[in-house]
This record gives sequence, C-alpha cells and structure tokens, in this order.
Amino acid sequence: MSEVADNKVLLILQANEDSRPIVEAIRQDNPNAEISNEPAMVKIQCPHKLIIKKETVEEQLGQEWDPQDIQLVLVTLAGNVDEDYDHFTIYWEN
Amino acid sequence: MSLDIKGIEIKPKRQTFGHVERRIGPDKAASRYEEATFDVQPRVNFHYLPTYDSRYELYDERKTAIKMSDWYKLLDPRQFYYSNYVAARAKQQETATQNFSFVDKKELAVNMPEALKSQILNYLLPFRHAEWGANMNNLQLVSEGYGTAFTSAAMFQAEDRLGNAQFITKIGLTISENEISVLDEAKDRWMNDPAWQGLRKLLEDSFVMEDWFELHIVQNLLIDTFFHQLLFKHYETEAISKGGSALAMMTEFTATWFDETKRWVDATIKIAAAESDENLATVTQWIKGHLPEVKEATLSLAQQLVSNPEDVVAEIDAQLSTRLNKLGVAL
Repeated sequence: MSEVADNKVLLILQANEDSRPIVEAIRQDNPNAEISNEPAMVKIQCPHKLIIKKETVEEQLGQEWDPQDIQLVLVTLAGNVDEDYDHFTIYWEN
Repeated sequence: MSLDIKGIEIKPKRQTFGHVERRIGPDKAASRYEEATFDVQPRVNFHYLPTYDSRYELYDERKTAIKMSDWYKLLDPRQFYYSNYVAARAKQQETATQNFSFVDKKELAVNMPEALKSQILNYLLPFRHAEWGANMNNLQLVSEGYGTAFTSAAMFQAEDRLGNAQFITKIGLTISENEISVLDEAKDRWMNDPAWQGLRKLLEDSFVMEDWFELHIVQNLLIDTFFHQLLFKHYETEAISKGGSALAMMTEFTATWFDETKRWVDATIKIAAAESDENLATVTQWIKGHLPEVKEATLSLAQQLVSNPEDVVAEIDAQLSTRLNKLGVAL
C-alpha cells in the first residue's frame, strides 16, 4: 500500500455538512495534508501525523464540538490513533 | 468472473449558488449556513409601499440609525440555520425534560422550604410575561430588520423566548403541583406588584420603539443581561444556599441559553460599532440612555430576591461594562 510505504496517515470522511468544519480545521492545522474530494467522501492523506483540534473545529463550526463526534462521519483511517478531550490525532511511529 | 467497481468523480460545474460564490470566492465549498443566509432577503423591485408604514419599502435600510455598507457582515457566530438550530435545541430540550422529571420524581421542588417556594412564585414566575414580551420584540426585529444574517438569528431568538417562558411556567407548575391558579396570581404580581413595575414599563415602552437596532440593544443586551443575570445567576446561588438546588436543575436551559446567545448579541454590536464612528456614537448613546432605567428596574426586583441587591446590580453593571469594552464600546 502506498500510504504505508510513504509513511502517510490516511483519513476518509463522509462528505457532508457535519464533516465540512472538520475538513476545514484539518486544512488549517495540517499544512502538509492532501485533501481530495471523492464521490461522497473526502480523502485526506498527510505524512506521519494528522491532528484534528477541538478548538479549530469549534471555530469553524461556531458551536461546541466533541472529538468523539468524528466517529459519526468517519469512513476509515490508517495510522495509530491518539484521542483525547481536545484533539483527535492519527500518526505513524516510524 | 471478477467485477471491478470503479468510482468516477464528476466534477460539479460550480460549488454553490452564484450569489454565495460572489461572497466567499470561487471554487470554495459553501457551508449550509452561508447558503441559507447570504442575500436571501430581496433588496430591489418592491412594488407597493406597505399600507401600515408607507414611509419605507418592505425591506428598508433606513429603518435604523445604524448604517452598514453590507448588512451581511452581521453574521451569527453560532452559524444557526433552521436544521442545526432545531437539532441543537432538541438536544437541550431532552436534557431539560429529564431534569424536570427527576425533580418531579424525587419531589425536590415540592419539598423546598415554603418561604422559598412563595418567593419563586411571586418573583420568578411572573418573568414568563417578560419572556413573552421578549418574543414580541424579537419578532419586531425580524419584521423591521435588514438582511437575513440578522433577521434569521432574531427569529431563532424569538422562538427561544417562548421556550424560556414555557420553562418558567413549568417551574411554577412543578412547585405548586400543577395548581394553575399560581399563573393567575403571577399575572397579578406582574400587573400590580411594585417590584415588577419597572420591568413592565421598560418592556411596554420597548413595544413602541421605532428604531429596531435600538430595540435590539434594549431587549437583547440590556434587559436580558440585567434580569437574566439577576434571576438565573445571583438569585439562583442564593436559592441554593436556602435549600433550593432543584431550581438550578429546572433553569439549566435558560442559564446556558443566555451564555450562548450572548455571543450573537456581542457579535452584532461589535460589528455595527466597528463599522463607523457614527455607529459607535449611536450605539453608545443608546446604551447610556437606557442603562439607568434598566438598572433601577433590576434593583427593585433584586430587593425581593437577594440579600445584597445594590451589590448584585453593581456587579452586573461592572461586568456589562467590561463586556462592552471588549466590543469596542466604552461607556
């Protein structure tokens, strides 16, 4: 798999209004993220580490947001997950 | 035989409506809030002048002294449009219903001290009439205001006020074990008790206020800040110390609602005041003009509710000044 070979983490979200602020937050906090719009999905790849910050999503959304809510729009991901009350991070150790 | 399913991406010719694209830039996906808000209200080609006020067009920027180069600057920081507003409130309603049924089941309200119960019935329950007045005033903002960015948020604000009024009514009924005569008695207090007359006069005067942005400031900034802080913050703290923790459970929605809508009110004032020196002067003059009467009305109610009414009013006043300073309005 090319994702693994390149040490890229992968995140695929459903393309809808709930995921839009998350994608915007990723765009802001991860300058190296490659975001591509697939049919009904948004595919996000990023070298080594991808961080989704509660604070940035809330700025985009205008309301409170719980990082656990990402599960509602999550299609798949590749990488280790570090989840906490203020962030959702996907990373590769190597 | 293997079947290869392949996804083909069909690129849409454009991401959003032309009028939204002109605001947010090309090739950018618009949020639902932006699509539901930007330039929804008609600007031109009105046919007849309204018979009820033929000085103005149906939608007319001249209905307030505030001047904006673009009324769609007054965006709602909560980004509420119909579906996310309804979803947010439904969630809160569920929590509130649970709180009420818990209070009911454990008989927490019925077992409050008698003195506290009658204080709530006489000096909190009549506030439902004030919330109804706030509903009227916000509907007036919807009808007179300019630009969907402001008027749709005002519509939500108006609906919220009916919700508040209903929750306050429910508190009265929970305490009195569904004795509906407490509502008539509360109406009588609202009409005749001297403690309520300051607020009643303020509200009734605000019903005939011509300038809608001034009305917005009087209702959603001044009256709300003083009375909601008094009733649902300071009085509540005092009630808890007297054995009324059940009250805090029943007013949870109203208290969190105030903190949430404050962000919208603050944004509108900040943006309008930052637009020009004239706007800033107008806003400052309105606030200064109405503040003494609001403070006085709050004090007369506070005297029935808290042990240190002067301090409470002074504290709310000081907090409001700090808040306004942050918005660029110095009193």
